[in-house]
Amino acid sequence: MPTSELRAYATIWQRITDCALCPGTPVCWADMPPASETPVIEFRDVSYRIADTQVLSGFNLQVQRGETVVLLGRSGSGKTTSLKLVNRLLTASSGEIQVNGVSNAEVDLIRLRRGIGYVIQDVGLFPHFTIERNIGLVPKIEAWPQDRIRTRVQELLQMVALAPEIGLRYPHQLSGGQRQRVGVARALAADPEILLMDEPFGALDPLTRDELQREFLLLQQRLHKTVLFVTHDLREALRLGSRIALMEAGRLVTVLAPGEFLGSTDPLASAYVRAFGGDLESAAKRGAL
Amino acid sequence: MNVFRFILQNHDQVLELTLEHLRLVGLSTLFAMLIGIPLGILIAHRPRFNKPVLASANIIQTIPSLALFGFLLPVPWLGDRADRLAILALTLYALLPIIRNTYTGIRGVDPAVMEAGRGMGLTESQLLFQVQLPLAVSVILSGVRVAVVISVGLATIAAAIGAGGLGEFIFRGLAMVDDRVILAGAIPAALMALLADFSVGWLERRLQPQ
Repeated sequence: MPTSELRAYATIWQRITDCALCPGTPVCWADMPPASETPVIEFRDVSYRIADTQVLSGFNLQVQRGETVVLLGRSGSGKTTSLKLVNRLLTASSGEIQVNGVSNAEVDLIRLRRGIGYVIQDVGLFPHFTIERNIGLVPKIEAWPQDRIRTRVQELLQMVALAPEIGLRYPHQLSGGQRQRVGVARALAADPEILLMDEPFGALDPLTRDELQREFLLLQQRLHKTVLFVTHDLREALRLGSRIALMEAGRLVTVLAPGEFLGSTDPLASAYVRAFGGDLESAAKRGAL
Repeated sequence: MNVFRFILQNHDQVLELTLEHLRLVGLSTLFAMLIGIPLGILIAHRPRFNKPVLASANIIQTIPSLALFGFLLPVPWLGDRADRLAILALTLYALLPIIRNTYTGIRGVDPAVMEAGRGMGLTESQLLFQVQLPLAVSVILSGVRVAVVISVGLATIAAAIGAGGLGEFIFRGLAMVDDRVILAGAIPAALMALLADFSVGWLERRLQPQ
């Protein structure tokens, strides 16, 4: 292993063990507010129907400030739909979604979306913009001054472990992992409080995925965003989630902490655990790097 | 060769008719772009207008050009001057490729790019002007290229209703049964079509997104 890499790991470890308030725990919970505060995202009896298909029914879920709630379920279980209801790419058929205590239907659509970072599996970078312009687009349309945008872009590139000169390249010149890093940086550009992530690492090879998951955890320790994260990968859910919301056929089955998930008697949860096989315990040590 | 001698001897007239021809093609293409591109954008965003708009443009395309010139002749104001009428007819013919390519170009933008853009909070007009149109521009231009090449050819027929252009030579040559005169119209027209094809094609490649 090259020394630079060792040094990087050492710094990472330093950052983790630095927390004086909760020694010995891999993740710092010290500045997490108590759960009694208004949830940042709250689904209240939400249903979504398209044509004759009931995609989501009676969905209730609260996401607290700074936590990462993972929506876990198979294709068609309604997890992506739930995510898109938050930034109103879809509109609920009934029920309401509150963002910071206000129904998101009452907030100006564009304002709502600009306050929520959105990361999708296919990234969706603008192919005709340089990486710099891609990342700086929301700040630009928010009319930030030029030099502030430039500083912010550099800061973000560093944050997602990309070299500054990447900023001048075009999306097609980047690898899949680099593109998704840019996707995350772009979502963070205007410093939104909430991040919606729809299988962001799903299309990556296992090594790159592992790398990005680790970096996501490190980033979360620093930024404490409120994250709603969609995946069908139990391992990823156990590793990244503060809580896992298990979904099936448009319904929320149960919400469990990663530690509880493995021992759960819920038939669906245990079916998941069986399907993914052994060695899940290490993944479930949340924040395992 | 005789043809070239004829062209050289009549170079004033060849030049004049070429310029007339250019004017007919240029103005009609301009109008077709001004109408066709917004229509293409409209049907890309409002699918229910898709069928009627494309069907109308298709039907226009099937009307024989000489007949269309004839149909438009009695229309007031338009019929007063043959070149107005010719420009209208050529505009109508140029619409189909421009509308269709604008539609195709905009619909062809990667859905993930659109979803990301919407999710980031871009307004519909920001999406249109900063994402869809820049990404669709080369497809739109290839429609314009087809339209221009068709127009250069069709504009020769406009001479039949007295609108001028290189078609004058062609019709005169037909009447006189003189190949030289026909070619004096046909050769510059063919060159113009090639040149237009080449230059719009060049622009198309220049503006192609990476």
